[in-house]
Amino acid sequence: MSEKIRLSTPLTADKARNLTAGDMVLISGIIYSARDAAHKRMVEAVGRGERLPVDFSDQIIYYAGPSPAKPGQAVGSVGPTTSGRMDVYTPLLLGQGLRGMIGKGDRSPAVIEAMKKHGAVYFAATGGAAALIAKAVIKYEVVAYDDLGAEALAVYTVRDFPAIVVIDSSGRNFYDEGQRQYRRL
Amino acid sequence: MRIIPAVEISEVIAKLAIDANYYLPADIYNVLKNSWQTEESPLGREMLSQLLENADIARNENMPICQDTGMTVIFMDIGQEVHVDGDLWAAVNAGVARGYAEGYLRKSVVDDPLFIRKNTGDNTPAVLHVAIVPGDRIKIVLAPKGFGSENMSAVRMLTPAAGVEGVKKFTLDTVLAAGSNPCPPMVLGMGIGGTLEKAALLAKKALARPIDRRNLNPDYANLELELLELINRTGIGPQGLGGTVTALAVNIEYFPTHIAGMPVVINVSCHATRHAEFEL
Repeated sequence: MSEKIRLSTPLTADKARNLTAGDMVLISGIIYSARDAAHKRMVEAVGRGERLPVDFSDQIIYYAGPSPAKPGQAVGSVGPTTSGRMDVYTPLLLGQGLRGMIGKGDRSPAVIEAMKKHGAVYFAATGGAAALIAKAVIKYEVVAYDDLGAEALAVYTVRDFPAIVVIDSSGRNFYDEGQRQYRRL
Repeated sequence: MRIIPAVEISEVIAKLAIDANYYLPADIYNVLKNSWQTEESPLGREMLSQLLENADIARNENMPICQDTGMTVIFMDIGQEVHVDGDLWAAVNAGVARGYAEGYLRKSVVDDPLFIRKNTGDNTPAVLHVAIVPGDRIKIVLAPKGFGSENMSAVRMLTPAAGVEGVKKFTLDTVLAAGSNPCPPMVLGMGIGGTLEKAALLAKKALARPIDRRNLNPDYANLELELLELINRTGIGPQGLGGTVTALAVNIEYFPTHIAGMPVVINVSCHATRHAEFEL
C-alpha cells in the first residue's frame, strides 16, 4: 500500500489531475454532503434557471446522510451511501464546476465521461465504517433544504477524512483493476 | 392465558432497536476478524481492519455502526396462549419511534414510496412479520435493514430443471451485479422454495441466523459453503477494491414448493447484518 496523500480543499484542477486511481488520501477542509433528494432539487433548480444554494467550483460532494448527533458530537455516524443513485444528476453538477465526489460503488459510463471532460475525481470512503469516519468530522452545518432532515444539503469541516481514489480524472477505474487482480472464476 | 401489556412490547422494541444498531453481533465480529487473517489483498485487509475498528468504536461509544440504521424489520413469534393487552401494531411502531429517537438513530423511512416520498420522521412503520406458535411467550427479533445492500437483492423464479447449477449461476449473477455497491464483504440470505413471497421471507429470516451456523440439512449446508467459495472467487473483495473476501457467509433457508417451480430469493446484506432479540 502506498503512502497516504494529504489533500486540502478546495480541490483545484491541478490537485485533481495529480491524483491517480488507487491513491489513499486524507482530506482536510470543507466538503459538502447531499443525497438523492437534495440532488433532485438542485438539478430541478438549474433546470428552472435558478442559482444553486452553493457554488460548487472546485468543491467536493460527499454522498452521505448522517445519523443525528448526540450532545457533544459534531455529527452522528456518517458513512458513504451508494453513489450510483446520484449518477443521473452528476454530469450536470460536474458542469457547474464540481471537482470531487466521495461515495461508494461504481459510477455510470456517462458520469466517467463527464469526469474526464471536467477533470474530476471520484473517491470511495469505507462503506459501513460510519462511526470511524465520524471521527474525521469537526463541524456539520445544514446550508439548504433543511426540511429534508438527514438528506439536507450540508457543509462539513473535516480533518484527515480517509478515502481512496477509485476513478481518477483520466477515467482509470480502481474497482475494475483491483477486482481483476483477484478474480479466479 | 397469559396477559402481556402492549406497552411492554414497546419497551422491548425500543431497546432492541438501539442495541441492534450499536452492537455488532459477536458471530459477525468473529467471522470478520477471521476474514482479516485470510484476505490476500493488503488494501482489502486495511478495509476489514477499518470495519473492525468501526465496530469497536460503535460499541464503546454507543453510536450506530452504520449511519443507515435501516428500515426496522421485526419477527415476532407470539405464543397462542398469550393475550396482548392493547394494540399490538401501534405498540410495535411506538417502540420503533422511541428507540430511534432516544438512540439518535437516523430516520430513513418515507411514507408514499412513489409519489410523495416524505420522511415519516420517526422511522415508522416497521415491517412486522408475526407467527403464531405454541406456548405462552413472545419472541421478538429486530433486524434493521440498510438499503445500500437491500437494493442489490434479487428474485428469480427458477425451473426445477435449473437445479443446483441454476442456483449457483443466479447467485453469481447477483453478486457480480452488486459489485462494490452493497459495502462488501456481504452476507447473503437466501430463500429457496415456497412461493414468491415465501421465498423472500425465508431469505430475510436467513439473515437473522448467526453466520457461523450452517443449515442443519447437510445438502444445504454444503451448498452454503460452495456458494461462499464461489463468491469469494469473484475478486470483488472488501469494499469492491479487489480481494478474496467478498462475502462473510451465505445463509440458506428452504421450504417445500410446487412441482412446477423453484423460487429463489437472494437478500443481500453487508457486514452490518444487525439483529437483536428478546423473549417476553
